[in-house]
Amino acid sequence: MATQGSLKRQQRLGSLFVNGVLILICILWLVPALGVFITSFRQSEDIFGSGWWTVLPHKEDVETGEIMVAESIDVTGPFEIEGITTTFEELRTGVTLEDGRKLTWYGNRRTRRIIISEKEWVGFGANLTLDNYKNVLTGQEIRFKDASGQEIMRKGNDLSSAFLNSLAVAVPATIIPILIAAFCAYGFAWLSFPGRKFFFTVVVALLVVPLQIALVPILQDYTKLNLNGTFLAIWLAHTGFGLPLAIYLLFNYISGLPRETLEAAFIDGASNFTIFTKLILPLSVPALASFAIFQFLWVWNDYLVALVFLGDKNRVVTSALAAIVGEKGQDWHLLTAGAFVSMILPLTVFFALQRFFVRGLMAGSVKG
Amino acid sequence: MAGYQTSRDGPSPFIWLVNGLGRLLAAVFVPIVTFLVLWQGFIFLRDNKAPQIVMVTVAILWGVGGVALLYLVSNWLVEKLPDAMRRAIQPFIFVGPALAILAWYLAIPTLRTLVLSFQDETSRVFVGLDNYVFAFTDRIMLEAFRNNLLWMIFGTGFSVGLGLLIAVLADRSRFENVYKAIIFMPMAISFVGAGVIWKFMYTYKGEGIGINEIGLINAIVLALGGKSQPWLSLPPWNNFFLIVIMVWLQTGYAMVILSSAIKGIPAELLEAARVDGASEVKAFFRITIPYIQGTLLTVITTIIIFSLKLFDIVRVMTGGNNGTNVIANEFYLQRFTYGHTGRASAIAIVLLLAVVPVMIYNLRQFRERRTF
Repeated sequence: MATQGSLKRQQRLGSLFVNGVLILICILWLVPALGVFITSFRQSEDIFGSGWWTVLPHKEDVETGEIMVAESIDVTGPFEIEGITTTFEELRTGVTLEDGRKLTWYGNRRTRRIIISEKEWVGFGANLTLDNYKNVLTGQEIRFKDASGQEIMRKGNDLSSAFLNSLAVAVPATIIPILIAAFCAYGFAWLSFPGRKFFFTVVVALLVVPLQIALVPILQDYTKLNLNGTFLAIWLAHTGFGLPLAIYLLFNYISGLPRETLEAAFIDGASNFTIFTKLILPLSVPALASFAIFQFLWVWNDYLVALVFLGDKNRVVTSALAAIVGEKGQDWHLLTAGAFVSMILPLTVFFALQRFFVRGLMAGSVKG
Repeated sequence: MAGYQTSRDGPSPFIWLVNGLGRLLAAVFVPIVTFLVLWQGFIFLRDNKAPQIVMVTVAILWGVGGVALLYLVSNWLVEKLPDAMRRAIQPFIFVGPALAILAWYLAIPTLRTLVLSFQDETSRVFVGLDNYVFAFTDRIMLEAFRNNLLWMIFGTGFSVGLGLLIAVLADRSRFENVYKAIIFMPMAISFVGAGVIWKFMYTYKGEGIGINEIGLINAIVLALGGKSQPWLSLPPWNNFFLIVIMVWLQTGYAMVILSSAIKGIPAELLEAARVDGASEVKAFFRITIPYIQGTLLTVITTIIIFSLKLFDIVRVMTGGNNGTNVIANEFYLQRFTYGHTGRASAIAIVLLLAVVPVMIYNLRQFRERRTF
């Protein structure tokens, strides 16, 4: 009995240790994002003056009153005030009374002003605002206050239009490669043609090719075709860079579909196109969804490809956010709100469809 | 009799002719009309005169619909052909577009970049190995190589190590899914967004009366009695402060993949080890690690490749200044800031060479699988 009891205690201790470590790591993981999230809702003058954690309830010295020291008291030596004997020097750094009140001399010897403060809970009625989001979304002139309360005027970064551009880039740049890759995977899996094995070997080889290898020549082509800055240019680029993985994943899935179903359809005289659209696509929905989420997050979060092929024309959220970092690196009210605008959609997609995303990650190991 | 036979075998010559002409006309016109419709869409998008919301909607419809339409029309054309021809051509309707795009965007550019890497910045004069001499001997490049090595060793090491630790621990907790979702969350965030998050953590205001540090790291250092620091401009340590960001982003990936591998270990195996009196630590090194080593290798390779091509974090956080430059950032600087195409191409080739071992490994795996 005794050993069983100690075993149980050991297990409980073990579980406490496991959960303790995990909770600690999770806090470490959440705090950076939490700081930005909270800051994005604070008034700009507050942000410059104090850390975001002051929004959380904590004890702080709060001024409750003041005493004017009478002219008759000599403050060059020790003197008596509020029932204690003290000196100017001590009061300068602050003296705490027995009842918890704190006395602090304000300014130099001649001001004769002592500030009374008490430790109080603050942070419940934090001064929050949506202005930062309004300011970062608009392309118009914006006004805000700096640490000293001075009003500053800037040009907005128009993140709302960048958001729309990101949508216009990410949705087709997700669907187009999937469609093309699905056709291709079907071809590799069910049709015979000369060079089939060679071409698939090329696809496998291209899986890990870094996309930097393609940027310079493709940019030359785009300049010749006058395609720089267009949506078509960036869709095709993302399609090209995403295709090897898409073909590879979808081939693995489509070639694993039951042979009998397809053969039955062939015998019924269905054409390849009908089989593909009516049979293969519906059966492949899980694989298509996995890759779709993977590709959508990749395209939405991409910075390099957008920077090279779109530049300042049709700016997407990542470029717009990076531009704020460059131009207004210390305007944390804009940066934090901008960061959250850029994250809201991928985070939603991610948490809503996490299962599919994980499946996609498992299936494909390396991407170029 | 003969006349009856012809009409029974097929339509009369006249009808045949009309039919044939009609088909021919349709076969010519449908693609032309398709092309014109798509071209009009392209012009509309390029001129960009309508309100943005209209442009975005049209762009999405045009892009997605256009691709679907191209497949539909080309397949419709092929189905019109005689059987033998159709069977020969149809596979290429299916795989052709994908192969064409792969050729244009990845295969041929690799060769073109190779040629460019032997030319000067005008891309006209061949300069031999000059760009490679730059890539392997220039002080800036050597610094970038050193930093990439730091990213590969420490970034990968900490991501995989932490990911493994969390995967093993979470396996024993009732709240596994909550912990995993939190660690995994940064995977959904862009590197630029993560850059902003961490720039705020590291922010530094300097010393002076009435100045409060608003960055958490400096506030903690001050509270512990230290001095606040401009973390991102302290070489060589700033590299490690940047690597922290990558660990924050990539640990979730390692954790998720390794966690599913750990769940694949048969319970009897671990049970038997415990009955034999093996400690948890011993069971971990003798059973868990050998069992998941294939997955572990894949995860390590993937993250090493990731850290080799790392660009966004450095670009946004420091721009490569203060001794934080990396290869991919130098590639960008050479091509887009200094306009030196040759050097940029040589750097891209260096990046490619670095992943060649992985490429060979993948190809070998593929050949062994015999799905073909």
